[in-house]
Amino acid sequence: MGVEGIGASVVRKEDRRFITGKGRYVDDIKLVGMTHAHFVRSPHAHARIKSIDTSAAMNMPGVVGVLTGQQLVDDKIGNLICGWAITSKDGTGMKMGAWPAMAPETVRFVGQAVAVVVAETKNQAKDAAEAVVVNYEELPAVPDIRAAIAPGAPQLHPEAPGNVIYDWTIGDEGATDAAFKSAANVVSLDITNNRLVPNAMEPRAAIAEYNEPEEHFTLYTTSQNPHVARLVLSAFYNIAQEHKLRVVAPDVGGGFGSKIFIYPEEMVALWASKKVGRPVKWTGDRTEAFLTDAHGRDHLTKAEMALDKDNKVTGLRVKTYANLGGYMSLFSSSVPTYLYATLLSGQYNIPNIFAEVISVYTNTVPVDAYRGAGRPEASFVVERLMETAARQLKIDPAELRRKNFITQFPHQTPVIMAYDIGDFNASLDAAMKAIDYAGFPARKAKAKSEGKLRGIGVSCYIEACGIAPSKAVGSLGAGVGLWESAEVRVNPVGTIEVLTGSHSHGQGHETSFCQLVAERLGIPISQVQIVHGDTDKVQFGMGTYGSRSAAVGLTAILKAMEKVEAKAKKIAAHQLEASENDIVIENGEFKVTGTDKSIALPMVALAAYTAHNLPDGMEPGLKEGAFYDPTNFTFPAGAYICEMEVDAATGKTSFVNFVAADDFGRLINPMIVEGQVHGGLAQGIGQALLEGVVYDASGQLVTASFMDYTMPRADDLPSFKLSHTTTLCPGNPLGVKGCGEAGAIGASAAVINAITDAIGNNNLEMPATPDRVWHAIHG
Amino acid sequence: MSTVKLTVNGKAVSAEVEDRTLLVHLLRDNLNLTGTHVGCDTSQCGACVVHIDGRAVKSCTVLAGQAAGSNVTTIEGIAKGDELHPMQAAFRDNHGLQCGYCTPGMIMSAIDIVHRHSGKLDEATVRHELEGNICRCTGYHNIVKAVLDAAGRMKVAQAAE
Ligand code: FES
Ligand code: FES
Repeated sequence: MGVEGIGASVVRKEDRRFITGKGRYVDDIKLVGMTHAHFVRSPHAHARIKSIDTSAAMNMPGVVGVLTGQQLVDDKIGNLICGWAITSKDGTGMKMGAWPAMAPETVRFVGQAVAVVVAETKNQAKDAAEAVVVNYEELPAVPDIRAAIAPGAPQLHPEAPGNVIYDWTIGDEGATDAAFKSAANVVSLDITNNRLVPNAMEPRAAIAEYNEPEEHFTLYTTSQNPHVARLVLSAFYNIAQEHKLRVVAPDVGGGFGSKIFIYPEEMVALWASKKVGRPVKWTGDRTEAFLTDAHGRDHLTKAEMALDKDNKVTGLRVKTYANLGGYMSLFSSSVPTYLYATLLSGQYNIPNIFAEVISVYTNTVPVDAYRGAGRPEASFVVERLMETAARQLKIDPAELRRKNFITQFPHQTPVIMAYDIGDFNASLDAAMKAIDYAGFPARKAKAKSEGKLRGIGVSCYIEACGIAPSKAVGSLGAGVGLWESAEVRVNPVGTIEVLTGSHSHGQGHETSFCQLVAERLGIPISQVQIVHGDTDKVQFGMGTYGSRSAAVGLTAILKAMEKVEAKAKKIAAHQLEASENDIVIENGEFKVTGTDKSIALPMVALAAYTAHNLPDGMEPGLKEGAFYDPTNFTFPAGAYICEMEVDAATGKTSFVNFVAADDFGRLINPMIVEGQVHGGLAQGIGQALLEGVVYDASGQLVTASFMDYTMPRADDLPSFKLSHTTTLCPGNPLGVKGCGEAGAIGASAAVINAITDAIGNNNLEMPATPDRVWHAIHG
Repeated sequence: MSTVKLTVNGKAVSAEVEDRTLLVHLLRDNLNLTGTHVGCDTSQCGACVVHIDGRAVKSCTVLAGQAAGSNVTTIEGIAKGDELHPMQAAFRDNHGLQCGYCTPGMIMSAIDIVHRHSGKLDEATVRHELEGNICRCTGYHNIVKAVLDAAGRMKVAQAAE
């Protein structure tokens, strides 16, 4: 490993612009002649639009256009799509209702856009939006799952009778039932997985510019996957042809899943820029983010675990209702199905699993992937059940887990996933040691003597990352392949540009991706530049989510590097009059082994481009591309243990200690990896203790600002103790697994298991606010 | 519309703004100082923190007119040429940022925290004082480390002056 190579905690290259205020986020961009859009949004959760009067708004100062949903229909702009088809147990497809970018007829959640005002300034657009008169006929609303599936409930979409989108199953029902029949013990739990708002700190924004003579659009947008945005916008929405649309996602202020999707505002900005003949900018405010960013989680689950007399788990049965909101977002259908139920085996050897997932329409904002996407929900179910089983059977929760750990790899679970490698005992050992598990009873007793309740909670998560392989996801209903592309360009002067389809919005690719190149060529990372986030520069890509950037994106770079190196070696051998098999690359030089003959990288690069003296028949230039499609998912796993204290008088909880032991395979940049874990833990703890979306009975979003929705702040969180154990992923040449979601997947169960242990009442829902904890203690 | 005159990062500036214009918008839209960010509409997130006459203030809470005549420092104004402010350097060295969106506000708040607690800062104080700033990426772990690290660096820098 060089000082800046793989495994080094290199300080990030991209930081300089961020810490000096020179980042370039979408809202920082100004175009000549730019106008500003403000949306008119529904105040009702469910209503029919009787009429929209835009005449007063049209006459307001600065207004250049007021556009409605009906005009979208008239211009044949397509409805938003869901790109992952799920088949119900009766063999029928998803019952999907139409989602127009602005509602022409019916609104189905508070905040849904019905019209847009375009004006010279943002304030003028806002003022004029107040003057748009929308006449609604209110309809009864169903803001949650129970209301939506109740007999006689108001129907949201005629396509989905009973508001059920699909009723999907996985696993062997008969065998699982049999396991329960013959079980020595059965444990069951009702679990609510609370709805969350991703709340990236940068609100979503879009700037669209139409070049009339070229018939070409440019869209600057806060996206995690600009190429997929371009593909979907052109293939399905009839806004622009793919080769006539450039999508740029510059610096993006966090995503966490919420910026994977195409949103109505991007579509409308593009369409409006052509309509008004000027660039159109929209920047959401925080309340719009609460009202319209895809939310996460929101499951109601009945989960049961069967154990034999030796405390081996013999069966797992799960019935989950998933709230998908008023419309189906781009990947929403995959989240509670293939990203959730396929992980229900956890770290355990469970011979029989059966899961049923019923997805439901409600009058709420659409729900889609949020950090972990399905896997936090699965892990929470499994780890709460494990803890509950241990308490019911009166054995140590760590011991029960160990007894059931998978120890032989590869391991085929009954729910599709084939785990390639792992060492679950190693993670658990590391975590138990870090928190001094053995010393806990004494600490608990001491806390008790001081009038405090103390608990310890374990959570052993597994996740499927590096999302791909394309063939597998295709067979499961995905509308896209999940490979990644890369191109490595060695310039004539020997500097290197790496073009990647991954997108960095905080993950530090500009540094960690360079480390791979630095490692292989023995050059400083300052000689390497990552190019990403612009469909005009990078030919194609599938973006960043699901912790796929290292396992898939970086491997694509490695594949392109291998091609570049092979050609460069041929050139060097020719220049040095040696055999290419004798060429080795060291410290930026191509050397003939066993001699002192060498040629530096810039000279090889120059030779490639001057092309005066290349091997016969060789094409000039030194740039290569690769598409990489992995053979399997990767399976990061780990053990989190949390020790908490509860004040019985107030229900207030506080952290004594939180330890995380993860196995991410090879770490490219340990500093960045730890940062990713910290962030994930904060979101997992946020879900466990603080965060939760509240809709009232009429479908109004009660938690629509940072005043009402509790975001974790510095004082709410502990410092974390992290450690790593390592099994190298055999599925990719780098041995990497992915680290971005782990914290969010593993943390919630550890926290709830700790609090329920402390208070001696297992009946506690997230977020475990002091009020809820107090009631759980005092009844 | 009215004319607002103030000093920003040591330079006298004047801008024609609507009376309802907030300081953050004057900075971003009129002066093109886009390092100061907007993360919310309720003065809860701290992405917009700048210094007014040396004190950290949420610039989305101040009307541009209220800042007339004052000395405003933004994230663009704290480095000395190429030399980073110790707080900036500490954020970089401790990996106290990921997406970088909350970072300018964090740094401006953090500098003020160190100034107000000169000599003694501990983790609990930093966490408590950072309550006005939200970061969604870092879990605060490294931000807290960065602030404590910078407190030391700022002391050294001050001693050297
Ligand atoms: S933008 Fe000022 S506090 Fe959020
Ligand atoms: S670094 Fe992204 S919000 Fe703080």
